[in-house]
This record gives sequence, structure tokens and C-alpha cells, in this order.
Amino acid sequence: MTSTLQSHVIAGMLANDPLLSGEVGLTTLLVVLIKVVVAFVGLLLSVILMVWFERKVIADMQNRFGPNRAGPFGLFQTIADGMKLIFKEDLMPARADPFVFKLAPFLSLIPAFLTFAIVPIAGSFNDGLDGVVTILGQQTFMQVADPQIGILLFLAMSSLAIYGIMLAGWASGSKYPLLGSVRATAQMVSYEAALGLALASVLLIAGSLSTNAIVNGQAGFRWNVWMTGLVPFVIFTIAATAELNRPPFDLVEAEQELVGGFHTEYSSFRFAMFFLAEFLNTVTMSAIIVTLFFGGPSGPTFGLTNWVGVYILPFFWFFLKLLVFLCMFVLFRATLPRFRYDQVMDLGWKLLIPASLGWFLLLVAVRVGSDQGWNLVATGLAAVAGLLAGAFLLILSIRASAAKREAVSLPGEGT
Amino acid sequence: MGYLNGFGVVIKKWIGVKSATGARITTQYPEETRPKPERFHGRHVLNRYEDGMEKCIGCELCAGVCPAKCIYVRGQDNDPENPTSPGERFGFVYEINYLRCIHCDLCVEACPTEAITETKLFEFAFTNRADAIYTKDELLVDDSGHPQQLPWENWSGGFDPAQDSSGWMRATAPSGDADFVGIVAWAGELGYGVRDPQRASIEVESGPVPAGAHHDDAAQDHGEHGDADHADPTEPESTEPESTPATKTPGHFDSSADLPEKKRRFGK
Repeated sequence: MTSTLQSHVIAGMLANDPLLSGEVGLTTLLVVLIKVVVAFVGLLLSVILMVWFERKVIADMQNRFGPNRAGPFGLFQTIADGMKLIFKEDLMPARADPFVFKLAPFLSLIPAFLTFAIVPIAGSFNDGLDGVVTILGQQTFMQVADPQIGILLFLAMSSLAIYGIMLAGWASGSKYPLLGSVRATAQMVSYEAALGLALASVLLIAGSLSTNAIVNGQAGFRWNVWMTGLVPFVIFTIAATAELNRPPFDLVEAEQELVGGFHTEYSSFRFAMFFLAEFLNTVTMSAIIVTLFFGGPSGPTFGLTNWVGVYILPFFWFFLKLLVFLCMFVLFRATLPRFRYDQVMDLGWKLLIPASLGWFLLLVAVRVGSDQGWNLVATGLAAVAGLLAGAFLLILSIRASAAKREAVSLPGEGT
Repeated sequence: MGYLNGFGVVIKKWIGVKSATGARITTQYPEETRPKPERFHGRHVLNRYEDGMEKCIGCELCAGVCPAKCIYVRGQDNDPENPTSPGERFGFVYEINYLRCIHCDLCVEACPTEAITETKLFEFAFTNRADAIYTKDELLVDDSGHPQQLPWENWSGGFDPAQDSSGWMRATAPSGDADFVGIVAWAGELGYGVRDPQRASIEVESGPVPAGAHHDDAAQDHGEHGDADHADPTEPESTEPESTPATKTPGHFDSSADLPEKKRRFGK
């Protein structure tokens, strides 16, 4: 009796996953272990391939060949680079804080891995299967964990990753890393807000924090990208790019200003960990975008319920969608020049946060209106009018503060 | 829409990998090599006369002019019975330290006998410091007049032996004097005879004049409006027949006979 109660409590705390809802036996542990190992190895492999892919694609875009020496098509270039980094001398500045200096790369790398745990990568969402697959006689989801906090884990982890960068810059005992990490922290904290507000629109539509439920709600091409009206997706993508510190938001590592940014003083495998974390985050963020807005692994399975319909086809759809977003991040990097620091802050605080908040309020108004049986057109128009008034006030206040700032002459400027 | 146009350009490059807009410009280096510039400065050689005598006279001017202090020379009197070089003395120690050499070519300009010139070889790497110090035995051309190919040197990179000497030297010898541009005033070399002056690089210097058109224009200048063109004393191009590309006959060495007139013309 107590054990059943305990397992229910554990299951309630840990997951909505049917795997943990009954007795937790050895098979259950085995299934969990298999999922963890597969996800870990798969993610590591995908990152190695992502580095290669990015270099190849960007070379294509710049009339070059890219890596083509190590292995067929240069596929082993990342492994060669990794080996080289491992055998390099591990340096630590004399003024560095040794413990934090060593801790920081792990703080950067581990959240990047953990985020991927909540991404469903396969499982059929058609025919009322709800993404449930059967492994070793146990029913489970094709994701490492489905905790009740669900997508909030992603927000928590992306916030934790800031610590890695901030502490790396702080513990280096050197000025450029510190400047880089201050920039990174400010930028990531600013865009976290826009990211969260764009996410809120998705949660409003899905009605659940669980990634499995979010994907399930999007089955049959009822993708959130149009269910939420495109705006949250655009804001989420921009904020995610900033959150990843990828171009055009790579001010953290602006070589012209900050040498290497927060990882200037890192060498050898510690640098490799930062590098790995950066590309891990790119893959994970693309997977999160696919999960939130493009229905994750859901897609036509042509009525198949065998292993092809449950594993192969859903994974194929997931991978296809993932590839599109990886290409998008590469395209951003190849095309867009880096923003100036004040432009980044302006975009984040003055445009993305108000826009995402406004759109969220609009969706809330429509949702409340439909719940209460109000006239949807009138509700929508009233909400839009209210938002426009708010935007107008916001623009006025921004202009007023800018005029005020210009009126004050800075010390050493003019007479 | 400026940003979106930028995306368009990048995507065009990406998709058009095989087309003209996306054609790749990379040279696959170890397999393909690009032609080296006319006046490339590479590894040195010590030249010999056509009869096999060494050109170096051990005067140490190269060592004196070297800004990196990488050349070490010691001269010695020739054995009258069995001379190494035609003159009184010869260089019996000649060493260049390639860990210091900056390939500035000043030694080549300083040399009064064109004994030291630079090839276009740059692909040489050593695994120990002793290899980096080239001795006279390694620098001296072999009995066929070609540079020695040492084990740590890669001579496969599209070298033309006939072109393998300092281009600047072959345009302006003796001793890098610009008054001698285009005039053969150097002795023959073992294996090559008297080398041609470097015409191609001289024409590049005179500006973007289409080939062929230049001679006609100059001829007209001579015939009709006098000295319009010749007011510019820096004009290095000469249209006198004696300075057109020399043939490879060793007898052309005699063309240095018209040096005084040439010098006068440049001097005015």
C-alpha cells in the first residue's frame, strides 16, 4: 500500500509518463537507462554532425569547400578538432578563481544536455496513440522525461546556462572575459523575458506545460505556428537566436571588441566544452522550436501502427523539421552582420517584450471571449484597440525619455 | 527589405554551388598549386658560371646587408693551381639560417657577381634546427645547374627550372640597379646560359597598356610629336630595339656595350 502510494507520488512529481505511473521495477529502470543513453549519444552525435554541417553549408554560401580532408566529405573534421583540443595545454590565468574557473564549463554544458530530455523525438500522435510507445512491455513516451513542469524546465535550464557564461568571465580574472560575460548576462536576461512571453502564448493554446501534451495538441497539422498567429513564433525565434548568442546576436564573442569573449582564457578541453555547449544549445533550441510551434514528431503516419509508423516516420518528420531550423540558424549566421549593443537592447526591451506581451494579451482576450460566449469579432477589435493605445503610449514614453536624455549634456561634452 | 535581399544573395550562392554565381574559388592546395608570382622570394641558391666555377667571391656584402643577420660568409684565397672561382678569392664558408631569413632579397641585390639568387621554393620545413642552417654544400647548384632538392623540401609545386631565379635580379642586375632594367648585364649560369631579362614584369610596371598597342604608340611619338611621352623620366619602358627580349644566345652578353647610351637617356 505504502509502496503504491509512494510510486504514485513519485510519478506525480516526476512525470506524466505512463512508464512511471505503475510499479517502478527493474524493467522500468532499464527502459529509462536505455532512453538516457540513446538520447545522450544521439545528441552528441548530432552536435558533431551539426558543427560539420554548419561549416559545410556556410562554405557553400561563401564559394568555398569547407572541411574536406578528414574522412569522406570532411565528416570527421569535428572529431579531429576535438582530439586536437584534448591534447592541447590546459591553461589557467594566475588571477583566476580555480574552482569556479573549472566549474563554469560544466555549468554551460550540463543544462544544454538536460534541456533535450523533454523533447519528444518520435512516437505516433495519430490514431489516438498520444505518442505512447511500448518498449520492453512498458508503455512510455519517446522522450527522456516528461516532468509536470514540462517546458518550464527549458526556461530554467536556459537561465542556468547563463551562470556558466557569467562565472566563466568572472573567474577568468581578466578584463575581456568579464566584459563579454557582462554583455552575455544582460543580453540573455533581457531576451529571456521575450522568450517566456512568446512561450506563454503557446501554453495558452496547448493548455498544458507537458511537451507531450503540447505536441499532441498539434497533431493533424494544427501547428501552434498558425494557431498562435505567427507572431509568437517570430518573436521566439529572434529571442532564441539571442539566447543562443548566435549571429547576429553574438556580441558576447565579438572578436573585434572582446577577443574571444567569456572563453578568452579557456583552452584545451574546457574550451571544447563551451564550444560543444554552444552547438548543443543550437540543436536543442531548434528541437524546442519544432516541439512548440511545428508539432514535433507528429505528422502523417499513413495508418501504420507498427515500428515504421511509431518510430521511423515520426522521427523522420521530427528530423526534417529540425533540419529546417538548423539551416535557418546557419543562414542567419551567413547573412546578418552583428548588431550593435544598444540595438540589441532596444530590440529586446522596446520591441520584442511589448510585442510578445501584447500578442499574449490579445490571445487571452480571444480565449476569454470564446469561453464567455462573447462576440469574437467585437472582442478582438476591442483588444486590438486597447493594444494600439498601449503601443501608442509606449512609443510616446520612449520618445519623451529619449528627448529628455538628449537635453541633458553629458560631462565633458559641449560647454 | 534590405535584409531580405541579403538572404536572397546568400541563398543564391548556396543553391548555385555548381553555377557561375556559386562557383568555388578555393585552390585545393597540396594537390593544386597556384602559379607563383614572377618575383617570388624563396630559398636561395649559390650559382656557378657555365664552366662550373663558383660565382661567389666571398666578399661578405650579402652578410653585411642582411637585416636579419642570417648569413655567415668567410672568404679564402683561391688555390692558383685549382681555383674555385675565377677571381682572387672564393667563399669557403657560406651559411644561411632559415629560421631567421625574412626573404627580403637584399643579399641578392647586394651581390656584385649575381652569385646568390632566390628560387621560388617556399615549401620547406625542418624537424630540427641543424637542418634549418643551409650550408654551402646545400645551397650550391648541382653539376647540371639546378638547385639541389633536399629531403625536407617539396619541389613538386609547379616549378619551372628556367624561371627559378630571382625575377627582380633578372630585370635589374647588376646589383639591383634600376638603370639596368631590361638590359642583360650578367654572366651565364651553369645549365642555363645567359638568362633572359624579365620582360613580363617590366611591362606590368609601365601600366595597363594593352599588349601590342604600346609599340605602335611609341613609334608614332617618335615620328610625329616628338617628346610628349618622353617628358616623363620615370617611364621605364623603352622602345629601342636593343632592349627588346633578348634571345638565348650566350653572345648576347655583349649587349652591355650599349649601356652608356642607355644610362644617359635615363639620367637626363
